[in-house]
Amino acid sequence: MSNLDQETLMADAVLSQKEDPSLLTVMVRNRAIFWGGILLSLFALIAIFGPFFTVDPVALSPMTRLRPPSAAIWFGSDFLGRDVFARVIYGARISLVVGLAVAVISVIIGLFLGLVAGYVRPLDAVIMRTMDGLMSIPAILLAIALISLSGATLGTVIIAIMIPEIPRVVRLVRAVVLTVREEPYVEAAIAAGTRLPMILSRHILPNTIAPLIVQATYVCASAMLTESILGFLGAGIPPEIPSWGNIMSEGRTYFQISPWIIFFPGVALALTVLAVNIVGDGLRDTLDPRIARKM
Amino acid sequence: MSVQDSKPVLEITGLTVRLPEGADREFAIEDVSLSVARGEVVCVVGESGSGKSVTAFTVMGLIPKKDLVPVAGSILLQGEDLLKKSDRQMRALRGEKMAMVFQEPMTALNPVIKVGDQIAELLEIHTNMSGSARKKRVIEAMDDVSLPDPKTMYNSYPHQLSGGQRQRIMIAMALALEPGLLIADEPTTALDVTTQAEVLALIKDIQRRHGMGVMFITHDFGVVADIADRVVVMQNGKVVEQGSRDEILRNPTHPYTKMLIGSVPSLTPPDRPEPEVAEIALEAHHLNKTYGSRGFLTKGRVVHAAQDVELIVRRGETLGVVGESGSGKSTVARCIVRLIDPTSGDITIDGANIATMPERELRPYRKEIQIVFQDPYRSLNPRRTVGQSIVEGPMNYGLGAAEALARAEELMRVVGLAPEALDRFPHQFSGGQRQRICIARALAMEPKVLIADEAVSALDVSVQSQVLRLLHDVRERFDLAMLFITHDLRVAAQICDRIMVMQHGVVVEEGRTAEVYANPQHPYTQSLLAAAPGREMDFAQFA
Repeated sequence: MSNLDQETLMADAVLSQKEDPSLLTVMVRNRAIFWGGILLSLFALIAIFGPFFTVDPVALSPMTRLRPPSAAIWFGSDFLGRDVFARVIYGARISLVVGLAVAVISVIIGLFLGLVAGYVRPLDAVIMRTMDGLMSIPAILLAIALISLSGATLGTVIIAIMIPEIPRVVRLVRAVVLTVREEPYVEAAIAAGTRLPMILSRHILPNTIAPLIVQATYVCASAMLTESILGFLGAGIPPEIPSWGNIMSEGRTYFQISPWIIFFPGVALALTVLAVNIVGDGLRDTLDPRIARKM
Repeated sequence: MSVQDSKPVLEITGLTVRLPEGADREFAIEDVSLSVARGEVVCVVGESGSGKSVTAFTVMGLIPKKDLVPVAGSILLQGEDLLKKSDRQMRALRGEKMAMVFQEPMTALNPVIKVGDQIAELLEIHTNMSGSARKKRVIEAMDDVSLPDPKTMYNSYPHQLSGGQRQRIMIAMALALEPGLLIADEPTTALDVTTQAEVLALIKDIQRRHGMGVMFITHDFGVVADIADRVVVMQNGKVVEQGSRDEILRNPTHPYTKMLIGSVPSLTPPDRPEPEVAEIALEAHHLNKTYGSRGFLTKGRVVHAAQDVELIVRRGETLGVVGESGSGKSTVARCIVRLIDPTSGDITIDGANIATMPERELRPYRKEIQIVFQDPYRSLNPRRTVGQSIVEGPMNYGLGAAEALARAEELMRVVGLAPEALDRFPHQFSGGQRQRICIARALAMEPKVLIADEAVSALDVSVQSQVLRLLHDVRERFDLAMLFITHDLRVAAQICDRIMVMQHGVVVEEGRTAEVYANPQHPYTQSLLAAAPGREMDFAQFA
């Protein structure tokens, strides 16, 4: 090895000591992720532990119907005398569970279909045309149809909301796969006899993670909104389980005399969706330049 | 130029530009002094990171002000200090008194505006000519850069023009307002060699006719030999040597200049012993690859990327495949590695025809043919350590983890890197080092055939010569058959035993390197060799 070579090696050794800051550090430094994350964790804590500290959200109390908010009943009571505070707290569970479940399941299914569509050329047209078909079905209508066919349970609501979200994930993953599969390092792996599942999992999948995390937050936010809309239309979670959507739906008739029944779940929904979206934006800003720099 | 004007168009004195904190050095350029006289071409030469482009962009006032701050020195353009100008004043000066031509004409032009209107826009901003006068001036300018039929071409969009034509449009745009100074930043690097020769001749000719000063940024000493009056050599942000072209090229004094010029491969192939007739490692016969978009009802357009290609490579021999972009040389390589499927023909290795073999049967033969790609920054998975990348192939074929690692360590030594570096990630290495790693990865498969697809084209000239030497060494050591794909005739002259020249997917000439270079038969080969920049200069004398 010539002197020049050794010099560059040494120069590089010095350079390489300046490591990139870890992903966690970058994320904490980003203010959007920090504050959005705090708000979201707060809602998560309330959803998990809140119901243990409140009164029964479905306990009827005909004596105290339509009471306005006060020191004793913080968010007032509804037309059956149920405590709105307890119902909103319990509703957080439904919203977060639906949002999280839809995001996770649609990302897993979408990731698989997207990888296959992007890499296995003969299946591309089949998968993508099916996805185009799914995308042309209005989400709410599909949900109403599914729920009236198989009854309204948490499971059917999640499936109904999830199906129209899948094509969005598939398209994103396929687009990433189509760019990455042309990279010389993928071709080198093919030339080295690496089998297809390994090429996908080792060389292609890691490139899809960052955009998928960002997409998942948007799917999560939109799923929570759709769940509330379904609840509001009376097509979602059955009325005996309090969800933000059906609390608002039931309160609609009494809006003029007791607006608090709609106001508090509405605010909770808006804040949660806002928090998820803020985190999503923050992740997009921190993850995307990182990918650009590393590729 | 015999008589120079006393007053320079551009005079840079003691220019220092600071880099943002946390960069690998404090200054992008330090104490740079150079001048460009009227009617003079000054070449600024250096490898990547030498600060040659930063110098040019500082003159143009196009550096990002937040990151790069000029902290000392002055830049006098016809007597006016550019560092003291406001943004508005600089905008007025750009185009009128100085203009720039960039490396990549496709991205420097707006793809959705007619090229004529793009030139006219400049006149609209800087002059108060009427619409018809502007159009007339634009057509004159396009005529001036020898574009065929400027009236029709005025209405073309950039994608309808060839690379050379686009670069001519850029030059016409730069000259539209008759600036005193033209800055050309690697203007021919993205062009094919024959087009490059034309564009260089054009710049030289225009500079003579208009008597302007040209600051020409390049990394290519062949280009320097063809175009420069004076040469400024830069290294790590500093000017190490400057002087007239002949002084620098024939009698360099600074060791760095000597090393750079010595690294330029000579166009004269070295004497090679008549090769022994060794075992044939790879054969291809009647190899065809056509790309066609067969329409649903219409007859689609068919492109013959490779047509009836015949090649034989023996063990211990290097066959060069030379051609310009679009000649089909990479298509041939990719067919042989079976990254793409040939349309028809035979590819024989180990007695088996792998041209149309299904993937399952092909697998045992894959390890016999390995490839090293052009772009060292994209050839290694950024998320995997170098070691993981190297052992991947051997472990695919059943080698145990410990043996694979031992082989990787051994190969790191072979390619001149420390075995400890196996745990590092690709971004911790320079381009040349990454290319060494890619060679190690290919060798780990113990192949019979190594394909180098423009493997040294993205490297600086000093690194290039080291990687070439490495490729030569491993070929000897492992008795490899090497297929060397390149557009660079100098590189091909030095490393190839035999040469195959391709044009439009067809092999037009084949023979022993020395014979082809000394006595090219086909007109295309003749024009390629005639266009090679700096052909009358023998650089290797300082090696």
